[in-house]
Amino acid sequence: MTALGRLFRTTAFKLALAFLAIFTVFAGLILGYVAFNAFRLLDEQVSVTVAEEIDGLLTQFNTGGVIRLVHQIERRSRQPGSSLYLVTSAAGETLAGNISSIDSEGLLEAGTYELFYRVVEDGAPRPHRALVETVILPGGFRLLVGRDLAETERLHNVIFRAAGWSILLVLVLAVIGGVFVARRVLGRVDQMTETTRTIMAGDLSGRLAVTGTNDEMDRLAQSLNAMLERIGELMAGLREVSDNIAHDLKTPLTRLRNSAEEALRIGESLTDYRVALENTIEEADGLIKVFNALLMIARAEAGGELEGMNKADVIDIARDVVELYEPFAEEAGVALQFEGEGPFLVMASRELIGQALANLIDNAIKYLPENADETHQPAVMVGARLSKDHVELVVADNGPGIPESDRERVLERFVRLETSRTRPGSGLGLSLAAAVARLHGGTIRLEDNAPGLRVVLSLPIVAP
Amino acid sequence: MKILIVEDDASASAYLDKAFRESGHMVDVASDGLDGYALASEGRYDAIVVDRMIPRMDGLSLVHGLREQKIDTPILILSALGQVDDRVKGLRAGADDYLAKPYSFSELLARVEILSRRGRSVPSEDTIYRVGDLELNRLTRRVARLDTEIDLQPREFRLLEYLMRHAGQVVTRTMLLENVWDYHFDPQTNVIDVHVSRLRAKIDKGFDTPLIHTIRGAGYTIRDSAR
Repeated sequence: MTALGRLFRTTAFKLALAFLAIFTVFAGLILGYVAFNAFRLLDEQVSVTVAEEIDGLLTQFNTGGVIRLVHQIERRSRQPGSSLYLVTSAAGETLAGNISSIDSEGLLEAGTYELFYRVVEDGAPRPHRALVETVILPGGFRLLVGRDLAETERLHNVIFRAAGWSILLVLVLAVIGGVFVARRVLGRVDQMTETTRTIMAGDLSGRLAVTGTNDEMDRLAQSLNAMLERIGELMAGLREVSDNIAHDLKTPLTRLRNSAEEALRIGESLTDYRVALENTIEEADGLIKVFNALLMIARAEAGGELEGMNKADVIDIARDVVELYEPFAEEAGVALQFEGEGPFLVMASRELIGQALANLIDNAIKYLPENADETHQPAVMVGARLSKDHVELVVADNGPGIPESDRERVLERFVRLETSRTRPGSGLGLSLAAAVARLHGGTIRLEDNAPGLRVVLSLPIVAP
Repeated sequence: MKILIVEDDASASAYLDKAFRESGHMVDVASDGLDGYALASEGRYDAIVVDRMIPRMDGLSLVHGLREQKIDTPILILSALGQVDDRVKGLRAGADDYLAKPYSFSELLARVEILSRRGRSVPSEDTIYRVGDLELNRLTRRVARLDTEIDLQPREFRLLEYLMRHAGQVVTRTMLLENVWDYHFDPQTNVIDVHVSRLRAKIDKGFDTPLIHTIRGAGYTIRDSAR
């Protein structure tokens, strides 16, 4: 496609064209209105001048009779200008005036006329347009006063020409402006297209240029960049997850396979086989748990509308989970308590929020030191409090806590701080809680409980 | 008990067929949705186990169709889709229970047995549940064993109530979590076991015959072992 062809297809060009049309029509209307009024004003001026002159001459006639009138006319006729005068007797003979070259026959009735008369210019007679008014005086005298319209016509022409030029100028400016805007926008769109092509080709690190003018193109570029950022994050997450899956699923799979193989190889009694099979089922169950947790996180991170979301009081949800874990905590020697006054209504899946909280409580209990001394009773505190338009669900323990540098990292999938991985757990609990928070439009953050860890799950409150 | 299995995977349905027969049940197998629908429409089953993704008519439509026809045979949906909203959709279609794959057979068996019994009699309407010398009154919320009143927390009461409603049947940990706490997730730790052992301490401690029994690899049951 040619550059011009492309230009014609741009939205900017079409817009410019539409504006051009509107401008031209508008400018035409204004100029037309002005010109029309100017013409009318000029014509009116002529007739008013003529009428005033007739008034003046009539006064002369009334005070000094026809002699004085003729005298006045003769005097005025000698002055140069565009005025025309004629006084005739009742019979039609010219008594005074500067019109000789017109056929005055028809002009001797009272009234206003437009006519042509000849003026000798540069040695040759030329027709001139004039406006004349005739009055009949007592005694049958006719007084004719007129104005040459040549000057008015010149003015008309000036206005016409000015209007024409203005419209032309508007047209030219509009075309130039339109082309300029279209080309500019087109250029930036081309640039964006080019960048997105390279990104599509696989280079996710590319970003659209932002000029800093904060116009709509900039804003578009910024949103697209934010989108790319998010896609990049998801891609990185995916890559990391597949690495982790390789590790965290293959390890138990290997164990499972080994124990089955070993039973086949050296198993002698039924008991041997039974033990091996029980091991196999246990490993398989562990794998299923990890798998379910992963699917759940994936579902939560995919976002979107979730079936089974209801308006629910987080206090109820939290209290239920605490109640579920309370005997377990007691058995582990941990004081588990709930504190909070509701109601705090959120749009939530009780199931998911419950599971997120269960994971957090489970984690807290699991990582508390097992044999506490007299002075340090292991405790987990679950609470709910209001923070602006969010409710914060807090799970706090007084255990070893997590160093600040690791707090972001533990939210990721499969990240476990103890490298030996001796304690039970998949490293998915916190990431699941984070995914649940995100699905509910909330956030999760880890804080220092001095001593211990405080996990804050923040969810937006809805109106009852 | 007569069970209809609707499952397109031959080895899975053969496994279920065999396992249910070994547990003493009669089994019919349909390998696609339309066959399953035709068999189920006759309504001679105590329970139907339906895979969700089957050819010719998917599991949800099958369940929905049966319910439209006013066939109220208990139905359990088996599905690889085990997320929260999948479950909600399944139950909304008219299923009575939903079990995500992979599952253990003991879990499936326990659920199907409880479902089918629900279809036959209505013991849940009784005001007083009795197991051996243990008595639970659902109206007064009084629990007593051999005239000794037993003081239970509300949740312990619901736990015991659920166990006694299905006295003699095996209930799994997930069934307890679902029916007593209304959660369907998998708690990473043995929280249910601790609740049951607390209840057991209140019910069985100091009495000669224990009523709450642990079924290895499956769950719990409450029964009068003296009989």
